[in-house]
Amino acid sequence: MEPVLLAKRHIENSTDINIAIGEGAYKALQKVLTAMSPPQVHKEVMDAVLRGRGGAGFPAGLKWKFLDKNPKRTRYLCCNADESEPGTFKDRVIMETDPHMLIEGMIIACYAIDAHAGYIFLRGEYANSFRILTKAIAQAREHGFLGDNVLGSGFNVNIHVHVGAGAYICGEELAMLESLGGARGWPRLKPPYAATRGLFYEPTVVNNVETLACVPHIVLRGADWFKGMGSENNYGPKLYCLSGHVNKPGVYELPMGTTLKQLIDQSGGGIPNGRKLKAVLPGGSSSAALTAEEVDVPMDFDSMSKAGSMLGSAGIIVMDDSTCMVNACWNVARFYAHESCGQCTPCREGTNWVARILGRIERGQGEPGDIDMALTICDNMLGQTICALADGAVFPIRSIIQKFRAEFERHVRDGACPFGAKRKWYSVLPE
Amino acid sequence: MKTVTLTIDGRKVTLAKGSTVLDAIRAAGVYVPTLCNDDDLKPYGACRLCIVQIEGMRGLPTSCTTPANDGMVVHTETEEIRRIRRIIIELAIANHPSDCLVCDKSQMCELLNVARYVGVSADSAQRMRRGTLDLPVDSSNPAFDFDPNKCILCGKCVRICDEITGTCAIDFAYRGTKTLVSTFGAGPLALSACRKCGECVERCPTGALMPKHVMLPQREVETICPYCGVGCSIFLGVRNGSIVRARASNKNGINQEGLCVKGRYGLDFVGHPDRLTHPLIRKEGVPRGVGKGDPAKAFREASWDEALDYVAQKLGGIRERNGADAIGIVSSAKCTNEENYVLQKFARAAIGTNNVDHCARLCHASTVSAALAAFGSGAMSNSISDIDHADVLFVIGSNTTECHPIIGRRIKRAVKFHGAKLIVGDPRSIELCDMAAVHLNHFPGTDVALLNAMMREIIRQNLHDKKFIAERCEDFEPFRKSLERYTLESVSQVTGVDEEKIRHAAELFGKAKRGIVLYGMGITQHTTGTDNVKAVANLLMLTGNLGRRGTGFAPLRGQNNVQGSCDMGALPNVFPGYQATENLQARAKFEQAWGRKLSARPGLTLTEMFQAAHDGRLKAMYVMGENPMLSEPDAEHAKEALAMLEFLAVQDVFLTQTAQMADVVLPAASFAEKDGTFTNTERRVQLVRKAIDPPGEARTDWEITASISARLGYPMNYNSSSEIMEEIAKLTPIYGGIHHDRLEKGGLQWPCKSRKERGASILHKDQFTRGRGKFHVVHDIPPAELPSRSYPFVLTTGRILEHWHTGSMSHRSRVLEALASESSVEINPADASELGIEQGDLVSISSRRGKVETKARKTRRVNPGQAFMAFHWWDAPANLLTNPALDPVAKIPEFKVSSVRAILAVLERAAEDNAFLTALAENPAGALNAYDLTPEHRAALASGDVEALEKWVGPLEDRLKTWLKLRLKREKISEG
Repeated sequence: MEPVLLAKRHIENSTDINIAIGEGAYKALQKVLTAMSPPQVHKEVMDAVLRGRGGAGFPAGLKWKFLDKNPKRTRYLCCNADESEPGTFKDRVIMETDPHMLIEGMIIACYAIDAHAGYIFLRGEYANSFRILTKAIAQAREHGFLGDNVLGSGFNVNIHVHVGAGAYICGEELAMLESLGGARGWPRLKPPYAATRGLFYEPTVVNNVETLACVPHIVLRGADWFKGMGSENNYGPKLYCLSGHVNKPGVYELPMGTTLKQLIDQSGGGIPNGRKLKAVLPGGSSSAALTAEEVDVPMDFDSMSKAGSMLGSAGIIVMDDSTCMVNACWNVARFYAHESCGQCTPCREGTNWVARILGRIERGQGEPGDIDMALTICDNMLGQTICALADGAVFPIRSIIQKFRAEFERHVRDGACPFGAKRKWYSVLPE
Repeated sequence: MKTVTLTIDGRKVTLAKGSTVLDAIRAAGVYVPTLCNDDDLKPYGACRLCIVQIEGMRGLPTSCTTPANDGMVVHTETEEIRRIRRIIIELAIANHPSDCLVCDKSQMCELLNVARYVGVSADSAQRMRRGTLDLPVDSSNPAFDFDPNKCILCGKCVRICDEITGTCAIDFAYRGTKTLVSTFGAGPLALSACRKCGECVERCPTGALMPKHVMLPQREVETICPYCGVGCSIFLGVRNGSIVRARASNKNGINQEGLCVKGRYGLDFVGHPDRLTHPLIRKEGVPRGVGKGDPAKAFREASWDEALDYVAQKLGGIRERNGADAIGIVSSAKCTNEENYVLQKFARAAIGTNNVDHCARLCHASTVSAALAAFGSGAMSNSISDIDHADVLFVIGSNTTECHPIIGRRIKRAVKFHGAKLIVGDPRSIELCDMAAVHLNHFPGTDVALLNAMMREIIRQNLHDKKFIAERCEDFEPFRKSLERYTLESVSQVTGVDEEKIRHAAELFGKAKRGIVLYGMGITQHTTGTDNVKAVANLLMLTGNLGRRGTGFAPLRGQNNVQGSCDMGALPNVFPGYQATENLQARAKFEQAWGRKLSARPGLTLTEMFQAAHDGRLKAMYVMGENPMLSEPDAEHAKEALAMLEFLAVQDVFLTQTAQMADVVLPAASFAEKDGTFTNTERRVQLVRKAIDPPGEARTDWEITASISARLGYPMNYNSSSEIMEEIAKLTPIYGGIHHDRLEKGGLQWPCKSRKERGASILHKDQFTRGRGKFHVVHDIPPAELPSRSYPFVLTTGRILEHWHTGSMSHRSRVLEALASESSVEINPADASELGIEQGDLVSISSRRGKVETKARKTRRVNPGQAFMAFHWWDAPANLLTNPALDPVAKIPEFKVSSVRAILAVLERAAEDNAFLTALAENPAGALNAYDLTPEHRAALASGDVEALEKWVGPLEDRLKTWLKLRLKREKISEG
């Protein structure tokens, strides 16, 4: 397939506005401002069934439609660039190789929803992206794509970059808006949703970087072109992030619905050292694990959900048969215990307790009943919290325990890890 | 009102739209465990215990955050819900200390209740148990401790501090299991923004926040707080005859959400060992006011009969010899309405004089005189709850958050959550300025100019309410003309406030649909006090902000019952209910009721009494529950006046500075030891109930007064205070419908003319009490004393949150005294550095009238050239400095403006016997030239050699040496 989102990936200096324009950047914007009304733009995106690339897969057009249209209120667009999900690094590639595509997408989105300010909430660790984005925004302003009276159309828009401070929770829509508004990054109660009460308590649309990056292409080439890729109701190009035990880890752009097997074997070049595939976390660390037998599944929203997991952010973490699943599970659990914001009791205490129990088992100190206790805590966290962080912790942990229970039991029975060496993926996380 | 009907566990419940499912569950009488929910706080939904099943809804929503919709079918408990709740609690108590048997909270611990209810399994609790967090306990403040190990992070304290008190002293820090409730920068509470109101302590579901001394009461008595004029309703917890706890009651709609630090932790003065328990008579031959050491040694204990006979004989004798008008009676705004009524009746009927007054003279006398003239009623026109309904709040001359903390909170909430705009007029940058849209920091004493400029601007922009003025007011034209000279430019020069700020404030207030002016002593305590209040009244009439909800004229009364004392006629010119003594009809009515011929001569005001005593015209004073020795301006003069009296009787709960001057001291009962009524600032008459017995032989004030009266041949036969109220109701039209039995449910607001009426929350509704509202022409007059070269600072006085007036109560409260035990003077850092004064230095403040020594506190709250002192301190009475100049109409002294100088105390002491140091302190550059210095001395000074100087002027204190070195360096004397 002809690359769309990664078209400028291998072009030198593609972040520079002159080179980007030479490659076709801001063409869509010119088309929009000269020939299309906001409802027309909205309709095009709606027709394309552009599903949100942040993980939930909610159609962007529908999200825009739900926005409070009261002319007395100020509307905002927020771009969620707080890409903190383990195994996910697709937005970074967009921002670092083609920032103008994102900026163009944001300007068009602002135009469509009648917003005059867009905020990019950027992951704090993405220092390079920040540097590139700020430069790109400054250049876009110089070229009259941002600021008052864009390209003489009378439309005013500005884009600001806000850098997060390293909390995973701030990738959650409403926590992000709280943080952006200057408060502690804690998720808000829903309803009201961001569409009626978002940033600064005004109607707000929050879209992922990849979602907004699709917008100029849809506008330029039409909804039908977009729908020409992918499977039923899951259209368009998709960025897949491959990491873990594969020969060629990286970001790959393929049509939506490419199978997981194909991705691992063809794009990723298979498992290194002749080892066998053991498990995959297909949609970032928050998705349920799939075993080697389950990987022949199209990577799109609906198929993945049917397979008992989710497409999520398409961060595919591959594990070969040398992996201790208890250790992997503990590692995931520690991540969520570390990142729980501390607001809801079940998540604050539960993620921590599951991590402790799993650590106990991995160290060979597990007791009979510990595995069931971890499962019970998981069951009682699921769906019981203000945001979805606890759910994100439960899916991988519960699925790994269920699918590899024998391995857990062996740890408890033998009082030791059969894989011997205690590999740790991170050492900064709490015990 | 629209309603919704839900089915809760099979039972139908109907309630108002906008309620939550949890409200509906509660209304159905069903228990659902919660830990983070509180009726006064916004839904939070974090403890996840109140989950329910709602038919047609996915999952298990939390009932506290789900809006109740019509037709919902709710199941409050299923097998699944029970399981989830149990696990949540097991997780929550996994690291909770298990010392419940010795935990002070356990009887009221919500966590324990919920754990019992959901049935925690011992096995899994044990399995999950890990060591406690072992975090340090914050016991820094004297009122309560914070033990983070017992905290379950329900967030109530954090939300209370934000949503109820508006203080925001604490918030969450860190995240996940490391989440902690913390102050800013994790410092101790004592040093944080925390105001120690204890509202979080009251509502903490566990033992994490606990008062320092916990004693559970045996019974609770509902009564009224004795501190400020807000009139908070409290439950006094009584155990074994003493008060062990105070908590808020929610009946009167004033303080449903709590109390301030004084109300909650400051009532232990009642049981203080200093309480007077026996009548005291001055020992033979011990003169007044010169004794040193224990003041009680000047007295001997006496029997009631002896003491009362003595008082009656003395007063009777003086009346015989010098006439009734040689006796002055000082009533008390701390005492009940009934006691004030009895005392003024005693003065008028038993003694035969109108010389009766009380401390309202020192706080709101100007309000009463000005508002009577403008509106016909001197009281607050609306209710405290009107603050919630206003668009614009104009707070001028009131440090509300410290002096009326519960009203202060309401203002903060109105600004924070109801979108009201706040204008603050105050020379100091008080706490409210932080959230104000405009802060007008005008020079003290320029209120009339400021208000006139605002009004001129309002008229210029055509924002005045022409309809209101035409239909309801009079004398507008001359008033309008009088404003012409108050241009923004000229007033900006007079007040020191930017033109733009005045214009902004005028626009805000002019455009307000509903505006309130709240003011305090900053307006009234001036020689122009009456004019200031008239200007406030003009502003309200000009903008039509009267007689409607969310508007009004709001003088914030200081004392708990100062409104009631005025209502009861403890004033020299009016009978109860503001019926003028000069009015023949009124006099005839009271003569008939009281059976005595009453004097027509207007009496002396409190300030005039002291003048008369000093002149020898007043021979005797009878003081009930007041401490004029500290509260009168120019206290030294007041002391001299008291010393010159032939006879002084004081009845009080403590041996106050005034009582120490007395010939006879009569021990009285405190607020907790008697029945009666207090009338608060919003005219609400509320019941005070007896909780405990008075200590020793102390008696209620009205009993004491009645006994003296009987001995003077005028018996008053009352059996109870409710009987006195019956008599008041009969003679006082505005109290006509006020009877003790009607006050059980939160009190009544006067005017309430008969049993059928339910009181008035808003005055001047369709017409003013006097008919038409009258515009008065008032002009800017400078304060009586202005800064001069020798007294360059303007001193304003006031109060602080932790103390009360002359401190006879609050200095005897353990917590309050520990929170603020040292006097201080606020001084701007720029001035301090000019004077070489550092934080905490002992400085000497002197005015033309007196001198005090106190600690310096450098703060930008005061402007350069200004200083602030609270008048609570016994060691540094600010009123030794204040100016006794009076407002010509209201006779209120100008407490708020006096000129002082400040100097480092050690320097002043050293300068007393060293002319060179004096000269140096005042004018260092000049000193070198003016003095005939030997080259040796000159060299020593030029090189800053203090040791050499010491040989010359004698040994110097260390602090003075540092000061001198700095001074010599700063003034570059070495170059001169």
